[in-house]
Amino acid sequence: MLGRAANGVFWMSRYLERAENTARLIDVGFHLALTRGNRQSQDEEWKSVLTTTGLLDDYCSKHVDFHGTQVFNYLLRDRDNPGSVLNMVENARTNARVVRTSLTNAVWETTNEGWMHLRDLLARPVRETSLGEVLTQIRRTGTLVRGAIEGTMLRNEVFNFSRIGTFIERADNTARILDVKYYVLLPSAAWVGSSLDNVQWDTLLRSVAGNRAYSWLNAGSMDPRGIARFLILDGQFPRSLIFSYEKIRSNMAGLAKEYGHEVPSHELLRNAGARLHQITIEEIFEGGLHEFLQDFIGKTIEIAGSIAADYRFSE
Amino acid sequence: MSAETGTNFDEMLNADGSVRPAYAEFRQWFDSQDKGWLRRQDAEAERFFRRIGITFNVYGDDAAEERLIPFDMIPRIITAREWRKLTRGIEQRVRALNAFLQDLYHRQEIIRSGRLPIEALRNNEAFLSQMIGFTPPGGVYTHIVGIDLVRTGPDDFMVLEDNARTPSGVSYMLENRETMMAMFPELFTKIPVRPVSDYPRRLARSLQACAPPAFKGEGGSRPVVAVLTPGIFNSAYFEHAFLADQMGAELVEGNDLRVVDGRVCMRTTTGYKAIDVIYRRVDDDYLDPLSFNPNSQLGIAGIFDVYRSGGITIANAPGTGIADDKAIYSYMPEIVQFYTGEKPILQNVPTWRCSEADSLGYVLDNLADLVVKEVHGSGGYGMLIGPTSSKKEIADFEVKLRAKPSNYIAQPTLSLSTVPIFQKEGLAPRHVDLRPFVLVSPDGIDITPGGLTRVALKKGSLVVNSSQGGGTKDSWVLDE
Repeated sequence: MLGRAANGVFWMSRYLERAENTARLIDVGFHLALTRGNRQSQDEEWKSVLTTTGLLDDYCSKHVDFHGTQVFNYLLRDRDNPGSVLNMVENARTNARVVRTSLTNAVWETTNEGWMHLRDLLARPVRETSLGEVLTQIRRTGTLVRGAIEGTMLRNEVFNFSRIGTFIERADNTARILDVKYYVLLPSAAWVGSSLDNVQWDTLLRSVAGNRAYSWLNAGSMDPRGIARFLILDGQFPRSLIFSYEKIRSNMAGLAKEYGHEVPSHELLRNAGARLHQITIEEIFEGGLHEFLQDFIGKTIEIAGSIAADYRFSE
Repeated sequence: MSAETGTNFDEMLNADGSVRPAYAEFRQWFDSQDKGWLRRQDAEAERFFRRIGITFNVYGDDAAEERLIPFDMIPRIITAREWRKLTRGIEQRVRALNAFLQDLYHRQEIIRSGRLPIEALRNNEAFLSQMIGFTPPGGVYTHIVGIDLVRTGPDDFMVLEDNARTPSGVSYMLENRETMMAMFPELFTKIPVRPVSDYPRRLARSLQACAPPAFKGEGGSRPVVAVLTPGIFNSAYFEHAFLADQMGAELVEGNDLRVVDGRVCMRTTTGYKAIDVIYRRVDDDYLDPLSFNPNSQLGIAGIFDVYRSGGITIANAPGTGIADDKAIYSYMPEIVQFYTGEKPILQNVPTWRCSEADSLGYVLDNLADLVVKEVHGSGGYGMLIGPTSSKKEIADFEVKLRAKPSNYIAQPTLSLSTVPIFQKEGLAPRHVDLRPFVLVSPDGIDITPGGLTRVALKKGSLVVNSSQGGGTKDSWVLDE
């Protein structure tokens, strides 16, 4: 396939994944703000959402306060914000148009319809009363496109590049969410039993759609180590770092098989993957959770860049 | 409803309001349908088109909005007898076009014989001196041709324009049929309509039959075909992607390609891979910055040298624009006769060349009754339709015409045939044209039974171009 087409499906999947994660972060921010009485801690929550998405500086260059409606409208529909959901879904759709011939009709149509629907929903400022509907639609678009990919695409290079895009983005997003909130999980003398911590932990899990799964696995009890282990090292949880890397690995293996040879990215990925498989949660806390996550995010960026170069995404 | 009063020919209705035989079955079906249901289907069709993304971009539109070409659900029906005559005429004309191009870029017999004045070539940008003395693979210049036909009476089809560069619209021919079959499947069980859906396969086969000398076919491999598009902002991008997809060809842009070891190659995830046949949907001028426009970002540096050394087939060949130039058009009857030795089966629309003093005088005197077109224009841009223009528009146009007469031709306003369109109030006659699509390869000339019917949606309007608010219809050729 064309290098440009590989780039197109890769980014189409990345943008959709990122849009969905942004929606989830907004959902959590909104949820938290509702449960916080005072304005200052509400603002802190929204600020932390902006930090996680990496858009805090851009936001602050345009706005002076962190009023909820203003923040989520910025994240959802600000045309000048390159990371707004509207721009990302549009980018996903533009990439899909570019690689239209590599996609099945079902994948193209779900992407196109999702974009049309969101464009209408986001044509006017979103109010608190309609936020739920908008967020649901964003998540639904991601789900439908993934389903269409899963259900209709040949298991070939196009599929592999799409999945690699999805899981590079997901690994990066989960790591960033954890990193922004890592202090919440730091074991300290005060951690036992405070209800504030419980809310924070629940929020953290919720923002990666893992609260139900975690509760089910742990019969409702929560502790910071368990949560960190779940999000980093649980091979069953589809948004954990190790799960995302396993998917990148298997799809890279698919490419090696189809093309008959490996590229330098395979070696990079093997090393990074091996580290995840060997390390324990105790070791991660010993070396520092923040340091571990920063290192992980850097590695993931390096791997993505290497894949783009090895498979000639651009000239 | 009745045929529009006046002199034009309505394809569905006789002058007395009775239904012509070609439309009898359709009309019977139509009259028996619930009108509310038809209106809902009509709305459904638009949603269908939007969802699958059949859109085009309008040039000069600030919003760069993707628009739909309106689709009208009443089919345009052509009988088997009419189609037989049309195909004979089209085939003759396309044979002549290719022979004409071969001659123009070689011995120029037609000029030596005095049938075509040398002035028609001089200073004509469509004539590419780089093509002189070169014969494209298989001797084919125009691999894909769209012949625009208009009808003025029961047996009077005329050629309005030959599209020998990169005719577009074939995706609408295919999608319109798909839509009709999805909306009204029972119609196709009642009426024997010849299929068009194998066009992409025929196109692929036809292009593969024109492989360049560098293609050796080792191990029974087939020539690699790629569609070259200017990219997603081009007005016909949907069609480029659609055709590539349907042919199983790669859809490439200029920056995917480069010349490697004397071949044009595309950048794949595993390295550069040679292309044998390129179906280019970019203009000559943008094809190769080394040979043509040096500022082009759309083309491939060096492709023309590869072409001349037999490393690639370019479809359509560069320089075919000279054959569909509007100044050349007026000589088509002579051209057909010169190369085929036969009388033209399809007539031209009478045309005044404003480059000639006598003609210019006539045109200036009769501007209010004529259609005046730019020689090199296309898409309905930059033309004057006398009868529907204001005094001021005519006066403004006259200034342009006097300044550069050789830039214009003029034609009478024809009383184009009408076919009804579906409206809330019922059926209403509107003017139509027809663009059948013709494939040329060393194996022969292949005409898909049907084509693109464009329809002027405004009452009385003669402009059918999609860029000017025209719509399309499914075009049916009836089986014997």
